[in-house]
Amino acid sequence: MQTLAQTQPVAMPQPKRAWWRDIVGVALIAAVGLAGYWLFPDNLALLTRVIAMALLALSIDLLVGYCGIATLGQAALFGAGAYAAGIACVNGITEPFTLVLIGAVAGSLAGLVMGVVMLRASHGLPQLVLSIAIVQLFHEAANKASAWTGGSDGLAGLSPAALFGVFEFDLWGRTAYLFGLGLLLTVFIVLKFVVRSPFGMLCRGIKEDPVRVGAMGAFVFPVLLKMFMISGSVAGIGGALAAISTQVVGLDSVSFELSANALVMLVLGGIGTLYGALVGTVIFMGFEHVVSSINPFHWMTLVGVLLIVMVLFAPRGLTGLMETYTGLKLGKRGGRA
Amino acid sequence: MSDLFRVEGLSKQFGGLAVSRDISLSLPEGERLALIGPNGAGKTTFVNLVTGQLKPSAGRVFLNGQDVTGLGAVQRVRRGLVRTFQVTRLFSEMTPEEHVTLTILQREGRANRVFARFRGDSAVGGEVEGILATLGLLDVARRRVGEIAYGQQRLLEIAIALALKPKVLLLDEPAAGVPSTDTPRIERALEQLPPSLAVLMIEHDMDLVFRFARRVVVLAAGEVIFQGLPAEVAADDRVREAYLGSYAHARRVA
Repeated sequence: MQTLAQTQPVAMPQPKRAWWRDIVGVALIAAVGLAGYWLFPDNLALLTRVIAMALLALSIDLLVGYCGIATLGQAALFGAGAYAAGIACVNGITEPFTLVLIGAVAGSLAGLVMGVVMLRASHGLPQLVLSIAIVQLFHEAANKASAWTGGSDGLAGLSPAALFGVFEFDLWGRTAYLFGLGLLLTVFIVLKFVVRSPFGMLCRGIKEDPVRVGAMGAFVFPVLLKMFMISGSVAGIGGALAAISTQVVGLDSVSFELSANALVMLVLGGIGTLYGALVGTVIFMGFEHVVSSINPFHWMTLVGVLLIVMVLFAPRGLTGLMETYTGLKLGKRGGRA
Repeated sequence: MSDLFRVEGLSKQFGGLAVSRDISLSLPEGERLALIGPNGAGKTTFVNLVTGQLKPSAGRVFLNGQDVTGLGAVQRVRRGLVRTFQVTRLFSEMTPEEHVTLTILQREGRANRVFARFRGDSAVGGEVEGILATLGLLDVARRRVGEIAYGQQRLLEIAIALALKPKVLLLDEPAAGVPSTDTPRIERALEQLPPSLAVLMIEHDMDLVFRFARRVVVLAAGEVIFQGLPAEVAADDRVREAYLGSYAHARRVA
């Protein structure tokens, strides 16, 4: 008979350090970002847009990848950040970091509202439907409140002050791009800590089995609501960045289409790693840009084909594909990322 | 003098169907009680009523002399009423170490912290190692739960429960689905439970019941039909009838 005493002398294996992998990862993101700055000086506006979308995709990953909450309404939070920053800007608050902070707070509050509503439903399809309803309501609210938002004409005339009082937001978008890249790196590093915190682990637990988490004595609802607020602040930062860089805020920033596109980008890159959100956004928007310039009429068809191929042959997204072929774990899959 | 844990007249009806009927029992400190009964006797419903997953139609649940009938499942766990699951409910992507760490952080009210390190606290680390050592899970502490043996997963269920420092522990078929070669490990784990803990175990494996329990309660058709010592249970007519139906009275064919 094997007794426990016989198994006791085995020591607990030491954890492998995963930090270097993330340091390399962040360095790579910075390198790719700077390479983009040097290689495509004429496309910095597009690249800044990619960064704003990457923030939106990251915010969805927090909910989908770490909590198991499906959402097709994340642009509500993005748009809340964009409009809040935009409205503040036209009303005299023009310091860029303050605008980003305003965007984050607005996104976070919108996340709170969204969370309270969506978490009424227990899971899956009802949540998805609620998320669509919420983004449509936000869209309609932004449309109707035209005194504040400019309605369907959009909110124009934003003129953010110079960054650090020195770097003007120039016509070529250099300042906006580097500002965005800095924001993205900061947010990414913070989120890597968040998903590894006790709170992050609790979220992963809830994703897999909320009943077990309850039996551990933890309430599920407040944890998820907190993640909604964190996710909202990330989306709001993305929205604020979009507002600052383009100097207009349109109704498309609170649209279902934007939400759906961002979710597609995330799924393309792979959920639950944070890296996937970035990879997916870059690939999707790069592909979209190239294909739409080659064939302006049928580019959506080609994007559709790309997605079908992805779902059939790499259901875990590009990062999943990479993990399979390199053995390198990017996300929380071995319990030691 | 109040018992550590007591249920009084617990009943549950689904529509017109009474699944639990007027169940009363109590557990003093250190009790080892086995709840047995044929399939469909209402054992799982009883556990769900006790833990707060289901609301009873009538009756009360007391923990430490306090009426907890109106409290939800999470609140009951926080007051020391902890359960394990009949079918393991674990996080397949996490390691045993992470399960127990998360549980301890939760117990200490630190599991909701965003700006804290998960593995930073050496006191927690020491406690985790202690619990995993007691259950013989140290060698798989950093393997994904999806990769470890089912018997080890069952032990981890118990480890999580113990990490909550329960006063009352409900074990829902701790040996269910475990290959017989691993049953001794479960048995050892049960023997090593803290002596003051009041344990209510639901189990089909009668060998385990007889070895573990000091008292046995038999449930049939939602009712308690027997309460007494393990030695008496097999001789009881109502128990025999509940398990064997009319065959209990069948005469041997020559």
